Amino acid sequence: MSILQVKNLHVSVDTDQGAKEILRGVDLTIRSGEIHAVMGPNGSGKSTLAYSIAGHPKYTVTDGEILLDGENVLEMSVDERARAGLFLAMQYPVEIPGVSVSNFLRTAKTAVTGEAPALRTWIKDVREAMDNLKIDSTFSERNVNEGFSGGEKKRHEILQLELLKPRFAILDETDSGLDVDALKIVSEGVNRAHAASDLGVLLITHYTRILRYIKPDFVHVFVAGKIAEEGGPELADRLEAEGYDRYVKA
Amino acid sequence: MGAPVQHGLTEHSHGAGVPLQIRSDRLRSSSVADFPEITKQQDLWRYLDADQLKGLDADVLAEYSEQVSFSGPAGVDFEWILSSAAPVGSIGLPEDRVSAAGYTNASKTLLVKIADELNSSEEIKISVHGDSTSASALHVFISAGKFSNTTLIIEHTGLGVLSENVEIAVAAEAKLNLVTLQNWDKGSAHVSAHFAKLERNSYLKHTVASFGGDLVRVTPIATFSGPGAEVELNGVYFAEAGQHLENRPFVDHAAPNCKSRVTYKGALQGEKAHTVWIGDVLIRAIAEGTDTYELNRNLLLTDGTRADSVPNLEIETGEIEGAGHASASGRFDDEHLFYLQARGITPDEARRLVVLGFLVEVIQKTGIPTLVDSLTSLLEEKLNRN
Ligand SMILES: Nc1ncnc2c1ncn2[C@@H]1O[C@H](COP(=O)(O)OP(=O)(O)OP(=O)(O)O)[C@@H](O)[C@H]1O
Ligand SMILES: [Mg+2]
Repeated sequence: MSILQVKNLHVSVDTDQGAKEILRGVDLTIRSGEIHAVMGPNGSGKSTLAYSIAGHPKYTVTDGEILLDGENVLEMSVDERARAGLFLAMQYPVEIPGVSVSNFLRTAKTAVTGEAPALRTWIKDVREAMDNLKIDSTFSERNVNEGFSGGEKKRHEILQLELLKPRFAILDETDSGLDVDALKIVSEGVNRAHAASDLGVLLITHYTRILRYIKPDFVHVFVAGKIAEEGGPELADRLEAEGYDRYVKA
Repeated sequence: MGAPVQHGLTEHSHGAGVPLQIRSDRLRSSSVADFPEITKQQDLWRYLDADQLKGLDADVLAEYSEQVSFSGPAGVDFEWILSSAAPVGSIGLPEDRVSAAGYTNASKTLLVKIADELNSSEEIKISVHGDSTSASALHVFISAGKFSNTTLIIEHTGLGVLSENVEIAVAAEAKLNLVTLQNWDKGSAHVSAHFAKLERNSYLKHTVASFGGDLVRVTPIATFSGPGAEVELNGVYFAEAGQHLENRPFVDHAAPNCKSRVTYKGALQGEKAHTVWIGDVLIRAIAEGTDTYELNRNLLLTDGTRADSVPNLEIETGEIEGAGHASASGRFDDEHLFYLQARGITPDEARRLVVLGFLVEVIQKTGIPTLVDSLTSLLEEKLNRN
């Protein structure tokens, strides 16, 4: 049983006009096995929260803390956070020329577990995970994300999630840009990872559609750099019907 | 944590705005006297100081035949012939002073004759191993017979100061996979001109791999003399502190319906590491149906490095299949590093992965596994040095 705590998190980015505050005191606690959905208007800071937890160098934490089982995450480098069990499925996965998917996956797995995986089982695991996500086997030899379609990139993120087996996964709009079938395939992947290792999930989304497949325990409304309201799954339906007007005005 | 290590970008030039020297009009001669003393004002030498040539621009150079050994499968003959005899000079004549000095001063030429229809997976090897810094001259003539299909590696090691001319005759329907590897010791200078002539339906894959040497400058010139031929000019280089690695590939589309692909990739690391890539493609009026693309990419790994990259495309006919070029020099991408690190990979490992992937891709195109392995370890060693 693990616990990821975000406490009073304030984050800013450097702009030409100086530091700009984006997160304004975020409080959030996720336990193993819990699924939290975060919904909020464009530009409210959802990706900033995701990146800040992962440790992207662009963002500066000015106040607050992030704790993983009591350990100070903010003192860890990006790769240390990943090895500690945090995973970010990115909204816009980048292309990495010259690095093949198979080489990348093996290197990442080795880094995360601290030892090279046994070759025979690893190849089988990868093939199985790719089959499950309907990723063609030719993708192994392609360069990471290079020339992948939007939907293929998202499936590739979930492939990594399933293979690396983190303790907590942050999914930043993994559902955006997916067709109906892909949405189902990706959701099943998340549910598999959730069931297999008691994964804690922070699911950032704009649509309730994905919540039909991935059932959240909690829904958070994210507005202007912090959580404006929290509730159960029913909150998502209300947001879909009413929008964010009442939070934004408030 | 701090930001991942990022290094400043230095100069990068692009073809736009650079006046084209009409490549077809360039002087060709085997006589040193026909070329002016080398200065930085000359377009051909603008990226170099004459003293970097370590005497290769002199009138008199030493012979180098003692430094050369070779091996190959049955069907490949090696012979030192007089440079005044045929076929020497039939494929290409020098286009610059250093090449002319090499041409005049190499009294003998190593003739490598690949028999017609020889199809062999056993590599033909020419090893050039230097042991002094006296400026020297070497001439090699490679003749790939009709319908032959072979692989040839020229390897340069040791300490050397060398002007080299390599003529490559690719007969009709022949396939030649040629690699020239420059892995000289510190203190070496090597200026090499390759002249390839491709006859009807022939295929040449030509790879320049330059790693060691204070100065390494290679000018591969591929001329199509018959229709339906194809050339791949590939290159990979890694320049460290103080090294100057220059490549000047030129494809002369002088026959119709030929295809060329030029792909050079390099990485630079350390103070005053300098690379130059000048990629010329000429599509003559007769060369209808030409399909060409050239690309150069450079990865600047540290501060204080400089990559010059200039693609030139000269087109004299409108009836072509395609013609394009791309050139980019940049530093290591922050987002690449972040993505890999976010999967648990350490910054050092991430950097290694990206650079190796970037460069090894070119070496893989040779399809020679032993070469891929040895150059991968060589590159790993260099990367660990930083
Ligand atoms: N470098 C920057 N300079 C200025 N503003 C920035 C910079 N980086 C991010 N921002 C701003 O921070 C705010 C939050 O961005 P973020 O990407 O976190 O929003 P989001 O909630 O994920 O939006 P979306 O739903 O569109 O993905 C936005 O207004 C964005 O413009
Ligand atoms: Mg976002």
